[in-house]
Order: sequence, then C-alpha cells, then structure tokens
Amino acid sequence: MTPVLEVRNLSTHFMTRRGVLKAVDDVSFTVGQREIVGLVGESGSGKSITGFSILGLVDPPGRVVNGQILFNGDDLLKMSPTAMRTIRGKRIAMIFQDPMMTLNPVLSVGTQMIETVQAHDRVSRAEARARSRDALGLVGIPSPEERLDSYPHQFSGGMRQRVAIAIALLHRPDLIIADEPTTALDVTIQSQILFEIKRLAAEFGMALIWISHDLGVVAALADRIMVMYAGRIVEAGQVDGVLSEPRHPYTSGLLSAVPAAVPRGEPLRPIPGFAPSPLSRPSGCAFRDRCARATDICATEPMLEIAAGREFRCFHPHLWSAA
Amino acid sequence: MTNPLVEAVDASRRFSRKLDYAEKIANLFGAGLEEKTVHAVDGVNLTVYPGEVVGLVGESGCGKSTLGRIMAGIMPTSDGEVRWQGKSLAALQGDEKRAMRLSAQMIFQDPMSTLNPRKRVIDLIGEAPKVHGIVKGREVRDYVASLTERVGLDASYLDRYPHQFSGGQRQRIGIARALAVKPKLLVCDESVAALDVSIQAQILNLFMDLKREFGLTYLFISHDLGVVKHICDRVVVMYLGRVVESATPDELFDNPKHPYTQALIRELPSVTDRRRVFTPIKGEIPSPLHPPPGCHFHPRCPKAFDRCRVERPVLKKNGPGHISACHLNDLSATETKNATAETAI
Repeated sequence: MTPVLEVRNLSTHFMTRRGVLKAVDDVSFTVGQREIVGLVGESGSGKSITGFSILGLVDPPGRVVNGQILFNGDDLLKMSPTAMRTIRGKRIAMIFQDPMMTLNPVLSVGTQMIETVQAHDRVSRAEARARSRDALGLVGIPSPEERLDSYPHQFSGGMRQRVAIAIALLHRPDLIIADEPTTALDVTIQSQILFEIKRLAAEFGMALIWISHDLGVVAALADRIMVMYAGRIVEAGQVDGVLSEPRHPYTSGLLSAVPAAVPRGEPLRPIPGFAPSPLSRPSGCAFRDRCARATDICATEPMLEIAAGREFRCFHPHLWSAA
Repeated sequence: MTNPLVEAVDASRRFSRKLDYAEKIANLFGAGLEEKTVHAVDGVNLTVYPGEVVGLVGESGCGKSTLGRIMAGIMPTSDGEVRWQGKSLAALQGDEKRAMRLSAQMIFQDPMSTLNPRKRVIDLIGEAPKVHGIVKGREVRDYVASLTERVGLDASYLDRYPHQFSGGQRQRIGIARALAVKPKLLVCDESVAALDVSIQAQILNLFMDLKREFGLTYLFISHDLGVVKHICDRVVVMYLGRVVESATPDELFDNPKHPYTQALIRELPSVTDRRRVFTPIKGEIPSPLHPPPGCHFHPRCPKAFDRCRVERPVLKKNGPGHISACHLNDLSATETKNATAETAI
C-alpha cells in the first residue's frame, strides 16, 4: 500500500537578521493510509513548521530549502500555487490550535463553510449548505441547521473546535494535519473531541498527523509517534514501543519528567537545562548538552538507525533486552 | 489541631453587568431586561492550614481562579467572608491589613503579562521589599541576587528585561518576586500550565523545595489533575462555582465519589495507561450566567435522578478527610441501611 504522504529530507529555514534559523532540519517520514501519526516535541522543536511546510504555508523569511513532500506520489514542493490550491483544503486539511483565530468573526459559520465547499466543488449554494449542515451534525453539534447561522463567538471553545473539524472534513480529505487542536480545551471536552476524531478518521479512512506536546493524548490516539527535538525527528516508531521502551535519551527524559513517573511527593526528574536556541544549535547531536549518556562522539552527527520498525538518531541508545 | 491560616466561610462572589442607558430606556417601555449576574463562586467553604498544599481543580469557568483571588485577599467577597488567621479580612485595618497582604502572594499563569516589560529584574523583584522596609535601599541588590539564585537564576541577569528570558525563567522571576516579601501563603494560579513538560517538572520541584525551606503554604490552582495529584496534600474539585468534592489525592483517585470527579479522572490522558477508548461525558459546561437548578452537574451526569434537578446537594462526609456533594451519597446510605435491616429480619 502506497503511503499517503512521504516527506524526504525536508528542511525549512528562516532567514533572520541574526542568522539562519533551522526550524526543520532534514526531516523524513511517511504517513500510511488510514494511519494516525503523533508528532510530539516541546515548544520550538519545529513540529508546527513541519505541518505548515507540508501545506505550503511557510511565509517569508521562512523557506523550504530542501527536500521532497510526496503526496500520493506527487511532489507538493514542485507544484504551482494554482495546483497547490486544489489540494489544500480539499485533499489535505488543517486544524489549528485556536479556532477563534482561524474562523472569521464577522461571517456566520454557514457562510464560511459554504465558501469552503464552493472553493473546490461547483455545486449550488443550497447543496453546499446541506453538506455543511451534515458536516456539523457529524462532529456532534446539536441542531446543525440553526447553528449554521450562528457566528463563531456564539460557540463555546469546544464547539468552535468542532466547527473547525467540520470544515476540515467538508471535502473528505485524505490527510488532516491537526496542530495542537485540544491544547486549549478542558479535559472533559478534550476527551469528547478525541473520541469524535478517532471515530471520524476510521469512518472516512483518513490519515491524520496529530501535532501535540502532550504525550498522554498521543498515547491514547495515535498508531505511530515521532519525537522531534531541535528541528529533527530523534525517534519514531509504534506508539506502544516508543513509550514503553524508548531508545533515545530525549524520549525517555520526556517520559520520566511527567508527575506520574515518580511516586507522589517525591522530586520530579526534569531533563536538565534548556532546549538550545534554534539560532545556535550545537553541532552533532543537539541534545548532547542535556544528555547523561553523552560522550565525545556525540559532537559528530548521529546517523539515523533503523531497527525493527524503530528509527532513532543516537550513538548511545537505551538497550532493552529482546523479549 | 492547628488554627487555619486562611479560610473561606460561605464565600460567594458575583459579577454583574449593570444595564446600560439604552437598556434602561427599553425597560421603561416594558422590555423587562435584567442585570446579568455570574455566580463565579457560590457559597464555598474552604480551609487551608499552615504548611498545607491544597490543590484546587476544575475546568475553565468553574470559579477556581476567583476563589484563589478571594483567598489571597486581592478581591472582596460578595457574601460570606474570608478569615486570615481567624480574623475577617474585611475587618483588618492598617498595619495588620498590610501585613496580611504581604503574607499572601500570587503567582500567575503567564509571567509575560504580569511582569512589567519596561523594568529590569532587579526592580521587578526589589521594589516591593524596598517599599515595605524589608531591606534597606543599598542592600536591595544583594537581597535580590540571593533570591534569584535561590530560584535558579544566575545573579548576572539582574539588569535584564523580561523579554530576554524564556518562559520557564520568567516564571522563576515571578516566583522570586512573590518570595521577596516573605509570604506565608502562595496562591499559584495555573503557574505551570504554559510550560513544557521538562520545564514544568523543574518549576514543580522548585515549589516543593521552597515549601520545605520557607515553611510555605500553597493554594495550587490547576486544571491538570496529574500535577495536583503529585504535589498536593488535599485536592478540592470545583464545578460551576461550587465545591463538589474534597479529599487527599490518593483517596480522591482511588475512590472518587462525585460523578464529575470520576469523569475527570477517567478522561485524564496518561502515558502509562494507553487506553484506546474514550468514554466522554456528554454535554458542555453550562454557562455560569444560567446555571442549572439543583445540582449544577445534573444535565451531564449519567446517574442523575429527580432530586438532582431540584435540590442542591450539600457536602457530606464520605470518610476521613473526604467530603462530596452528591445526592447519591444519601442513596447509598439508605440502601445499605435497608440491606442491614433486611439481614436483621
């Protein structure tokens, strides 16, 4: 089965006055059909820029400087802006963290959804409205017909996020990129959204890239997980494997920093230090200054190792006895 | 038992918007418009003892931040009162009032919006202790340097501005500023919510170290049950302005009584428990403008029955240090009573 998305050696750099900021640096991964991939990392690790790069949404001074993004076999980076517009929103959709920023506050939700339908399909307004209504119903918004005439501010945060998901679903895309869509939501509402997303992805056979800093959310949702640090994917593999037997010290560091990892009341085990500034990343392994396992060899670039469906970039990976 | 440090007694806080001129005119013609009132905190009793870490959890709009502000003495109550070491805050005067205000400090979620961007670290932290006579003018620099070092910031940063720091460092500045006036109580309002997980762990460790070192008391407000479970001695769960349950963390997680608490704990995403099925509770958090009658949770509660729709449940004891406000408590009590009666027959 051919993958929906294949990213090869993607590098997105920002040419700032203070130098070249390598937000995404030689990133490669694939997303299979119907696969849910979690992309995790701390703020500034480049996970959102990876998502933006796929959709061609990187603005100057940022630029995709290298790589290929193959979507169903076609390289998105070689496409004309016109051709890209037929894909963006139709074949690949995106859901952002804050729907209040992405929904137009002066247009009713119905108007915005009808626009989205008609941007790609030549259908009558009435039919576009009917499709919008159905999409709202799908994501669990009560009385969708009336809600089409509501404005974004008349929805609660969770409901707005459902509207954003409904818009993303309008054209039944092959791939949805969701950038921290539940981060701003309460636990019970987040759980409702995760439930709906999982159901809808399975129902329509969509692939999903779920960008999040919350390992717990990704653990519950995704099939595969990719961990980003300082612009690179440092570890990737099946969720169960990566979270129970992490190979990269950064992954294990993240896992043991959560409060649940130590008995109640005992000191937590944070990763020492801070993430390096993206303008002045150390050569070699960017994590080596914070890593307890680092040695001199870490000053050189660690190669990507692939073993048993697991990829990681580390000279001193954790070893787990083969079961 | 020791005397409470701070306690809220039937404390309520309402926010209402007065009718504007046009609405008043509309009312003259019989529009019948009323003032909109939000019951942010609705008759809450909460006691915090010296040296305790009390966690206050709940979803957005449940009134946890308002309650925190009331208990820190920076917002008055509408009804009821807050007592500081046994004395009503409203009755405190002069020096006593000033001392209380210094003794209760707040640390907020977003340090960028609570640190003046035009001031240097030295002034941000040093101004309050200087004004209140805690240190002399020429000793301020040494005093601030010792504080910043204590919270894990290099003393060479004293002349920098807030924008030159990362989020975690800014939060450390906020903590040092609160510590500078030698407080007894720290009210932390979502203080680690905006931080990445490894930075969050560093700050939580700092909070726990400071508690031991300075004998601090914390009211720790958070929506993150995992964090609260880890550092608190007691957890208080709020829903729409009311306390629905309170217990020690172990008791609360092992034996939650209120259906809302049960839902919160069940839906907590966890790395260790890779459960693939979500069983969300239905519905939205109702608007605090029009809270449902009876138990506020009944429209979303899977176990609601007729009584929940009319009568407000009161907090009842479920065990040592464990209270909850749910009519199911009475139900199970009568059921067990009936059961014992049957066996007696």
